[in-house]
Amino acid sequence: MAKNVSNKTIDNVTIRFAGDSGDGMQLSGGRFTQTSAVVGNDLSTLPDFPAEIRAPAGSLAGVSSFQIHFSSQEIHTPGEKPDVLVAMNPAALKVHLKDLVPGGTLIVNKNAFTKKNLTLAGYEDDPTEDGSLVDYYSTHFIEMGKLVTNACEGIDIPSKMVDRTKNLCALGVLFWMYDRPLEPTIDWLNQKFKSKPDIIEANVRALNAGYNYGDTAEIFTTRYIVEKAKLPKGKYRNMNGTLASCLGILTAAEKSNLGITFAGYPITPASNILHTLSNWKQFGIKTYQAEDEIAGIGAALGASYGGALGITASSGPGIALKSEFLGLAVMTELPLVVINVQRGGPSTGLPTKTEQSDLFQAVYGRNGEAPIPVIAPTTPGDCFFATYEACRLAVKYMTPVMVLSDGYLVNGSEPWLIPDPNKLEDFKVEFARENDDEKFLPYKRDEKTLARNWAIPGTKGLEHRIGGLEKQDITGNVNYDSDNHQKMVEIRAQKVANIANELPKTKIFGEESGDVLILSWGSSHGACRAATETLLSENLKVGHASINWICPLPNDLGEILKKFKKILIPEVNTGQFRQIIRAEFLVDAIGLNEVQGKPLGASKIEEKVKDLING
Amino acid sequence: MVDKPILKKADFESDQAVRWCPGCGDYAILAQTQKIFPEITTEKEKVVFISGIGCSSRFPYYMNTYGFHTIHGRAPTVASGLKISNPDLSVWLVTGDGDGFSIGGNHLIHLLRRNVDLNVMLFNNRIYGLTKGQYSPTSEQGKITYSTPMGSLDYPFNPTKLALGARGAFVAKTIDRDLKHLQSMIKRASEHRGTSFIEIYQNCNIFNDGAFSELTDKETKSDRVLKVEHGEPMIFGKENDKGIHLDGTKPKVVTIGEEYSIEDILVHDETDAFIGDMLSNFTASDTFPEPLGVLYCVERPTYDDMMVDQMKQAEKNTKGPKSVNDLLNAGDTWEVK
Repeated sequence: MAKNVSNKTIDNVTIRFAGDSGDGMQLSGGRFTQTSAVVGNDLSTLPDFPAEIRAPAGSLAGVSSFQIHFSSQEIHTPGEKPDVLVAMNPAALKVHLKDLVPGGTLIVNKNAFTKKNLTLAGYEDDPTEDGSLVDYYSTHFIEMGKLVTNACEGIDIPSKMVDRTKNLCALGVLFWMYDRPLEPTIDWLNQKFKSKPDIIEANVRALNAGYNYGDTAEIFTTRYIVEKAKLPKGKYRNMNGTLASCLGILTAAEKSNLGITFAGYPITPASNILHTLSNWKQFGIKTYQAEDEIAGIGAALGASYGGALGITASSGPGIALKSEFLGLAVMTELPLVVINVQRGGPSTGLPTKTEQSDLFQAVYGRNGEAPIPVIAPTTPGDCFFATYEACRLAVKYMTPVMVLSDGYLVNGSEPWLIPDPNKLEDFKVEFARENDDEKFLPYKRDEKTLARNWAIPGTKGLEHRIGGLEKQDITGNVNYDSDNHQKMVEIRAQKVANIANELPKTKIFGEESGDVLILSWGSSHGACRAATETLLSENLKVGHASINWICPLPNDLGEILKKFKKILIPEVNTGQFRQIIRAEFLVDAIGLNEVQGKPLGASKIEEKVKDLING
Repeated sequence: MVDKPILKKADFESDQAVRWCPGCGDYAILAQTQKIFPEITTEKEKVVFISGIGCSSRFPYYMNTYGFHTIHGRAPTVASGLKISNPDLSVWLVTGDGDGFSIGGNHLIHLLRRNVDLNVMLFNNRIYGLTKGQYSPTSEQGKITYSTPMGSLDYPFNPTKLALGARGAFVAKTIDRDLKHLQSMIKRASEHRGTSFIEIYQNCNIFNDGAFSELTDKETKSDRVLKVEHGEPMIFGKENDKGIHLDGTKPKVVTIGEEYSIEDILVHDETDAFIGDMLSNFTASDTFPEPLGVLYCVERPTYDDMMVDQMKQAEKNTKGPKSVNDLLNAGDTWEVK
């Protein structure tokens, strides 16, 4: 007998998958994301995993999670409190239950609630038995272990492997609840396990088992429909920040005809950039796993000296090691792109968590007067544009450029309108050539940009020497003269400042003037934009300016700041950008600062703005 | 290799005034390098000298080739990146015992391990010169310096042994005062594909004068220096009557004449790792002469060549997206109308 199921259309949902590190939660989340993207929702994701590769099974430390916020509207954040929590074991329940919205949906893998797992999670009584959950949440205790065991009967694989398909079972339940197709996941399984038909079969059966459970179990009475989002027209794909950065590099290579040498040292959360690029040798991208962080940037700079574009990526602790080389790149005026995927600090800090606390390090973290351009992508997809621009301007201005990304951006994803490379800014490269009429002068500059010539070894007649000692203006010879030093310090600073002349106008979202300007940089964009939308819908006089370029700052920013009574700068640090803005513009900017290893939530920003307006 | 030199020594001299202390061994090394380079290349625009920090690292400024004076210890990293991006170049790395073995020790061993095709000239004066006289990682234990008034406690590195231990495929040693030998080692290094490592004993007449005088003084040098050459017996001494004899696996110094004949003297085989190791051990010993020459040399595929191969292979075998546009549009896509 068909059960009675009602369909309910809703605007947006936040789901959190949580389980043991070995439970495959990143995979479940990833597949749910991909499917939601393909059905046309707008979405934003937040993977969260422990720094330990395999923390003891069942322990609180070993809990891994993946949050996805998807919607029929345009959205900007991965959501704050989940509407649905999938807890694959007691530890996951213990860690994440506090975030679930009151009355939210709780889906639990009942089979994992063994005495041992309960003890590991610190539960004295089984919360699925003692009634402590059912009163507060819409609970579904599903014996997923049993479901997959039954489903996989007859497949000749070890029971351990069968048990590992639980994540697909959970995914199947969610697919039923939100009326999503199974085909994209089945296609993906077929592709991924091509040579292992038994594994494909087991996973597909587990997925179906979950889906059918939703379909038949009496406890599920409502399915939720989240319609397609009304996004701008065009072709989309789901995009994470790592892939976007790499595609930005590749597009830069294609448009400039430059060789790319990427040299780096493994570090969380930047390593995936090295991995991705290492698979693109067919596009002429050379990758080099160096012996340490210093060697990574050194090899990248050597490559740039040789006429390729040298690129390196790291995170805060690695950037610290690279800083002497950044100084050399400033002094020798060679192009170089350094991607800093920020994580929680100081020191080793929170390797797998996100933070925006390397801003000062990026802008100031070198000895001497050593300014470098710093660009911060605002969303996962924006990593493409920011990285492309970093490459282009590094070459145009002959300077190292830092891309200030973060863990949230590289691991998070969003629907991405695939760009047409032909519509990006032109990227032309001219190497210096021998000129019979005049002697080659390594530090002679372009009048407009102040960039020096890129004269690469192998070019006849241009033999010259460069290095870290102060350069004489124009000749580039070693020079210790005091006036020359003053002049060179000023030229290097002016060169970076000149980039501001070609930056696009700063767009203000919402009110062009009014009570509060929310000023964000980098990945705080999403929460600030979401908060602004809400505040505008409440008729508050609020605007949002989202900054890509930290150094140099946009030329029009000073004027924008004057148009608002108050300036609020939310950021995931203790107020670094705020200090820069205060120092630069002498405005009494107010901070909203959190350092909790996760991106800001929109609701706190909304509250803060209301406080500022009211008080 | 150049059949007929077209460049002259002067072509390799830059217009910069040389600023080492008068009497420094670096002058000799610079002059011999400039002298031998016409025999190494006819295209000086393809030559790049890269250095770190220290007295020796000023070297690139004085060579009229491309040059990059980088930062302390890191020259191998820049040189590796340069060679990878531009494999046509002839890349030379000039470093010292502090730059190469102390602050840059990690990079140097990894360079040797990878076998990137470039040449290392390590000037070993067993002292820090540019920072005014502190002991270095090759200084003898007990060295009295500004930073070690009661004598240094560290045991020194043995550079050629370290290079061999790091899988160096070309390891040679020479000395600033033996001009012809110095030239010949630089030439040999240039002919070797892979990382060529030459340790050059160099006198710092200000802070460590006479560190190698035994090897250069007329009275002592013949008895203290063993010039090794591939295929030649290991003979030394004023009268050319001393040699290295292998007694089982143990080398010993013997006199040719009564008990031992020339037939008993070990013939150098630079492709033999055992002999290379043995010769590198002589350095630390009082009983054996100091071996100068190519201690070890074998051909081994270079990192840069293998990288080029992988790039070609990837281009040939890739089944996936071929253009950037394909890649941008890869994966699951959907259209919003």
